[in-house]
Amino acid sequence: MTTQFVSSTALIRALGLIACICGIIIVGVYEGTLDAVNANKKIALDRQIFKVLPGAKSVQAYDALPGGISPAGDHESPSGAIRFYAAYDATGKLMGIAAEGSSAGYADQVRVLYAYDPDKQVITGLGVITMRETPGIGDKILVDHDFIHNFVALDVALTSDMKTLANAVKTVKHGTKANPWEVDAISGATVTSKAVGRGINQSAAILLPRLVPHISQLRSKS
Amino acid sequence: MSTLISNFDEFMDGLWKQNPIFVMMLGMCPTLAVTVSAVNSISMGLATTFVLTASCLLISILRHIIPKEVRIASFIVIIATFVTVVDYSIQAISLELYDALGAYIKLIVANCILLGRAEAHAARMPPVPATLNAFGMGLGFTLGLLAIGGVREIFGAGKLFGIALFGPHFQPWVVMVLPPGGFFVLAGWLILFSGIRANKQRKIEAELALKGAKA
Amino acid sequence: MSQIELRTAPHVHAPRSVETIMFNVVLALLPLCFFSVWQYGLSSAVLILAVTATCLGVERVFSSQSGKGNTLGDWSATITGILLALTLPPNFPLWMGVVAGFAAMALGKAIFGGLGYNPFNPALVGRAFVQSAFPSTIASFIPAFAPQRFAEFSPSTLTMPLMIPTDNTAWIKAAGIDAFTGATPLARWKFENFTYTAHDFLSGAVTASAGETSAILILLCGAYLAVRRFMDWRIPVAVLGSAALVAWAFQLYNPAHFPSPLFVLLSGGLMLGAVFMATDMATSPVTPLGIWIYGALIGVLTIMIRYFGGLTEGVMYAILISNAASPLIEKFTQPRTYGARSKL
Repeated sequence: MTTQFVSSTALIRALGLIACICGIIIVGVYEGTLDAVNANKKIALDRQIFKVLPGAKSVQAYDALPGGISPAGDHESPSGAIRFYAAYDATGKLMGIAAEGSSAGYADQVRVLYAYDPDKQVITGLGVITMRETPGIGDKILVDHDFIHNFVALDVALTSDMKTLANAVKTVKHGTKANPWEVDAISGATVTSKAVGRGINQSAAILLPRLVPHISQLRSKS
Repeated sequence: MSTLISNFDEFMDGLWKQNPIFVMMLGMCPTLAVTVSAVNSISMGLATTFVLTASCLLISILRHIIPKEVRIASFIVIIATFVTVVDYSIQAISLELYDALGAYIKLIVANCILLGRAEAHAARMPPVPATLNAFGMGLGFTLGLLAIGGVREIFGAGKLFGIALFGPHFQPWVVMVLPPGGFFVLAGWLILFSGIRANKQRKIEAELALKGAKA
Repeated sequence: MSQIELRTAPHVHAPRSVETIMFNVVLALLPLCFFSVWQYGLSSAVLILAVTATCLGVERVFSSQSGKGNTLGDWSATITGILLALTLPPNFPLWMGVVAGFAAMALGKAIFGGLGYNPFNPALVGRAFVQSAFPSTIASFIPAFAPQRFAEFSPSTLTMPLMIPTDNTAWIKAAGIDAFTGATPLARWKFENFTYTAHDFLSGAVTASAGETSAILILLCGAYLAVRRFMDWRIPVAVLGSAALVAWAFQLYNPAHFPSPLFVLLSGGLMLGAVFMATDMATSPVTPLGIWIYGALIGVLTIMIRYFGGLTEGVMYAILISNAASPLIEKFTQPRTYGARSKL
C-alpha cells in the first residue's frame, strides 16, 4: 500500500473552503429566520401570560431590583433582578402582574407562571411553563380542578412594613387547607404540588416586597 | 435505463432493505427519545432526512476536494451546518415543535446515520445516487420512527396524530411515554421483523430441500 | 427390547424433579390465595384467576410457537401467575391484570427462551411493567373485610379494557369502614411518618396487597417448603436478616425518623419477596457464599430504596437488581475445587 502525502497547505485550503461554504449557509439562515424566531418566542410567552391573566391586551416586561423596578430591555436581566410582566387591558389600565416561580419537582424543575392581583394582594392564576413530571400523576397540576381552585385567590399579602410576606405560601396535605395562604395538595401528587407552592413562595417572597411599594409606577401603561 | 434502475435501488435501499432503525440499528438515541408521539416522530424523521440529504449532496460534490486525512472533520462541519439550518428553521416555524423535540434537534449532528452514510456512501458516489440513497435512508428512518411513535402514542395517550381513538375514558399507559416504553416498542418491532425474516429463510430452505430431493 | 443403561456413579435416584418442586410451591401459595380471598372477597378471587389464566395462556402459545410442546405441566407459569396476582392490589382492574400477566410471561420469560433461561423473576417483571404503566391505579386499594366483599365485585375490578378504572369511593363508603386512607403502611410512613404496630399488621388492620398482610402465613408456607427442601432457606434468612440489621442500625441513629426493624419486616412485600420471589431457582445464585451475598444485597437495597428512593416500596426493584447481579456474584464466589490450589 502506498501512502500518499498531502501537503498541509492543501489540507488547510480544503478545510477553509468547506468552512466558508458552511459559514455562508449558516449566516444566511440565521439572518433569514431571526425575526420569525424572536416573534415566536414573544408569542409563546404572551400566550402564557394571557392565559393566567384573561382579558389582558398588552404586556410589558419589567425587572425588579432591590432598589425598585425598571422597564426591561431586550437584553438579559441584570443579576439579582427578577423579571416580571405587567399586563394591561384595552384601556391601558393595569390588570395584574405575571411572574415566574420555579422549584424542584419529582423529576426536574417545575417552572410556573403566576398572576398577581396588586389590589387584592392575592394570586389569581397559575400556568406551567415547563415541567417533566410523571405523566398521569404530577401533570395533574394542569388539570386537577381542586388544585387549580387554590389559585383563584391565594393570599400573598405583605406585612405592614412591606418587607416580607405576612404568611408564607405553604402546600398542605390534601383536604387540610384551612387558611387562604395554603395550597391544598393533590392526593398522590404531593411532591409536584409542593414544588408549585414552594416555587411561588420563593418568587413572591422576593418579588413582592420590591414591587408593591412602587406599584403606582405601573398603574397605567407607560 | 440501467442507471435509472440502479438509482431506484439506491433509493429503496434505505427505505426497506437496509432500514437504518430495523436493520442497521443506527441512530438509536433519537429513536428512543423523541418517539413519544407520531407527530414528533415524523418531524424528527423529516429533520434528519433533510440534514442527511443536504449534507450527502454537498459531501458528494466536494468528495474529490476533501483530502482523506481531514474527511471526518469536514463531514462533521458540513453536517453541523445543516443541523443548525434545521434548528433555526424549526424555531421559526413552530416553537411548540421545537420544545417537543428539544435538545434532539441539535443532537442530529451526533446521529451515527449521518456520519455513517457520509463515510460509507456519499464520499464514494456521484451526487445523484448519493442524494437518492440519503433521501431513501432518511425516509426509512422516518418510517421507523413513525412505527415506534405511532404505537407509543396509541398506548401512551390513546391517540394517533392527536386524534383520540378510544374516547375520553381511556387509561394511558404511562410507561409508553417514558423511556422504557421506547425500548419495549423497538424490541417488539425487532422481534416481529426477525420472526418474518426467519420464516422466509425457513421457506427458502424448505424449497431448496424439496428441489434437491426431486433432483 | 430393553436397553442397558451405562452410567457412572452415583447411582442414587432422587424422586424429585422440577415438576415436584414447582407443584409444592403452588401448594404453598394456595393458603395465601385463600387468605387474600377471605380478606378481599370476589375481586381478589377473580384477579388471581384472571392473572394466572393469562400466564398459562401466554406460556402455552409461546412454548408451542418455539416448538417445545406443552410446558404447562411444569407448573412454573402457575406460580408466576399466582405470585403476580398476590403483589397487585385486590381491586386491580382485570384488564390490567391481563396486561401484567402478558408482560410477565412474554417480556419476563418467553423472549429469553422459557423456564431456566430467564434472568429476572417473571412475576416481578410483570409487576414492574404495570407499576410503570399504571402508577396511580397500582397504588389505590379497597379496605380489607368489607362486608359486601363476597356479594359484589369492587367497581374497579370490572373496568372495561383500556379504560380508566371505575371509582371505588362509593363502594368503600358502602362498606362503612371509617377512616379508610387507601394508603399502604409504607406510603403512610414515607409521607406522614406514621407507623403501624406489629399488632396492626397481624390483625390485618392495614391496607395493602395480599402479600403484605399475611406475614405469619407466608413464613409458615415458606417453612413448609424449606423443611421439605424445596426451597433454599438461606435466601429468605439472608434477605430478612440483612434488612432487619440495616433497619436496626438506622433506628439507632435516628429513632424519631426511622421505623423499627419489625415494621420494616412486616410492611410491604418484603416477606412475600424474600420467601417466594428471591428464592426463584432460575434467577438466584447457586454458590454457597453467593447465596448469602445475593440475599443480603436484596435486603440492603430494599431498605435503601424505601428510605431514600422516590418509591414507597423497594422489594421489587431490589430483587430485580439482585437477579441481574447474580451471574456476577456466582463468578466471584466459585468454590475452590477440592484439591485445587487457590489462585493468589
